[in-house]
Amino acid sequence: MTRRVFAVVAIVLFGFVFATLATSYTEQHSLRRLAESYVQLVPQKLGAPNVITGILLTYRAFDTLGEVAVLFMVGAGVVLVLNVDRWPHAAAHSSEEPRPSSEIVQSGAQFLSPLIAIFAAYIIMNGHLSAGGGFQGGAVIASCVLLVLLVYPHYQLNIEFLTITESVAGVLFVLTGIAGVIVAGGFLDNRILPLGQFGAFFSAGGIPVLSILLGIKVGCELSVILDGFRPGPVGQKDKV
Amino acid sequence: MISSIVLTTGLLLILIGFWGMLMHRNILRIIIGFSLMSTGTHIVTVAIGYVKNGTAPIIDRVLNMSEAPSRAVDPIPSALVVTAIVIGMAVTAIMLAYTIRLYDSKKTLSIDAFTESKW
Repeated sequence: MTRRVFAVVAIVLFGFVFATLATSYTEQHSLRRLAESYVQLVPQKLGAPNVITGILLTYRAFDTLGEVAVLFMVGAGVVLVLNVDRWPHAAAHSSEEPRPSSEIVQSGAQFLSPLIAIFAAYIIMNGHLSAGGGFQGGAVIASCVLLVLLVYPHYQLNIEFLTITESVAGVLFVLTGIAGVIVAGGFLDNRILPLGQFGAFFSAGGIPVLSILLGIKVGCELSVILDGFRPGPVGQKDKV
Repeated sequence: MISSIVLTTGLLLILIGFWGMLMHRNILRIIIGFSLMSTGTHIVTVAIGYVKNGTAPIIDRVLNMSEAPSRAVDPIPSALVVTAIVIGMAVTAIMLAYTIRLYDSKKTLSIDAFTESKW
């Protein structure tokens, strides 16, 4: 009972703080100086129409690299936590075979999954031109994998292939960054390739390359994480 | 005006998530509360980046390069939120993995059953 009272008091206090924040908030009328220089510099110096992608993949690309490292650790952590001698006794009460998905669900998944994959490729490739980029496209790829896993519970992902692809993409990402140190102005500088015509599909130097690598890496990592949550040891989901 | 509405929605979501985390004893509900809270934080972050009458900071036919600094919204909160969404998803995945292990050890999802690490 006292716990509930404390919870209510804490929520009311937080609500009071938030109410003060919300009432005293006023909209900005112009950009702050840092934001203004980003909005000017990304199209002019990097040749990328999408300012946010320019920040994510060039000015703050080191953050993006760290974030990808976090995702990798989560993938490893999920597999580590869920894979330790857990399944022998779990197998006992899942003896009955799950019912296969219905015809409608299967046809729907067969029709949709290639379209989702194409949409993901579109998002990744147009990250420098319009809203999108590696992270978003990678998440869409993972949603396609999730659909397949839900519809075909016995479908086996090739974890080895995913892990190797992901590692290669990560190494290439870092190598692209090092190429920036050698050829252009610094680590992960996008001017390692010609900037091209502003707004064209092949433009903005190294940003599309980094986008693709990021998309592949995020897609593989999220797929491995999703696979980790299924019953059965990694790589042999059929045995349970 | 529009960003005040978004900001209030985000702050309300944070409060709802906080309430869910404090009031519920089921670990899955606590995780849902946490997700609501982090979504609310993302919405708040995006809302404070809004500039009056601004548009998305993407240079195209609608927004040309010379008028971009006066008409675009702040790109930095948006870039931060892209990062935060991915990290939030990662944290949720780890929490769910631990939940599965906790359920295996005690066969219950109630947080009251896990008293060993309570001080």
